Amino acid sequence: MERGDSERIEITISSRFENIELVQVIAEHLCENAGVDEDGSHWIGMAVREAVANAIKHGNKLDAGKKVFAVFELAGLELEITISDEGKGFDPEKVSDPLNPQNLMKTSGRGIFYMKTFMDQVHYSFHPNGGTSLVMTKNLSKGSGIASTKA
Amino acid sequence: MKASTRTVDNVEIISLQGKITIGAGDTQLREVITNAVNSGKTNVLLDLSGVTTIDSSGIGELVGSYTTVTNRGGKLKLLHLPAKLNELLHVTQLITVFEVYEDEREAIASF
Repeated sequence: MERGDSERIEITISSRFENIELVQVIAEHLCENAGVDEDGSHWIGMAVREAVANAIKHGNKLDAGKKVFAVFELAGLELEITISDEGKGFDPEKVSDPLNPQNLMKTSGRGIFYMKTFMDQVHYSFHPNGGTSLVMTKNLSKGSGIASTKA
Repeated sequence: MKASTRTVDNVEIISLQGKITIGAGDTQLREVITNAVNSGKTNVLLDLSGVTTIDSSGIGELVGSYTTVTNRGGKLKLLHLPAKLNELLHVTQLITVFEVYEDEREAIASF
């Protein structure tokens, strides 16, 4: 694939943790094929891993009968990744800041932080009939290593 | 995830290999640490050189391990931190919590 090409990939998985890596690997390969270096592809893959894990655990509540839908859209150097679940949603405002000293020693609550660190934009939408979609975007021309992120 | 343990100068060195990710290694790490402290081994050095992948759940388990050992009056320190794990600890400021060593003898002597 040449840099600047368009690509759209969709995959649907059941809500099992062992499926997370399938989606992560697709993200990493898509990025590598688009010319992103190994580290940059890894961090984008990790953001996807965190998003899918949240969809399985917090969205679909580990119900293997419920699906997680992943869509990767690459238009030029703009990558948009949408991860959707069939859960009841949540209030993003209630997600605590893991950098707050009071939260530093908590054993959970860093997934969304890592997504925001590795991607340019992260936002949620909640569907009236149930289900949550997380949309993450990344401009691949900016350099995708962690040093270039807004941590 | 695989874990192997050995004791040097009253320090329990636990070498972890493979993935510490949600559903694959995170609960195993918890068990390894719980077993160590329950058998009275509270000076714990985690050798992470063999860790290939870690996610936020794995990071959370490292934090939980630190708390478990500390609450029992012990110390948990890290050895041979892979570069990407190092980055993950930095961005979450957890690097300020853990003592990290590159040299095993120096790490053992620090307990």
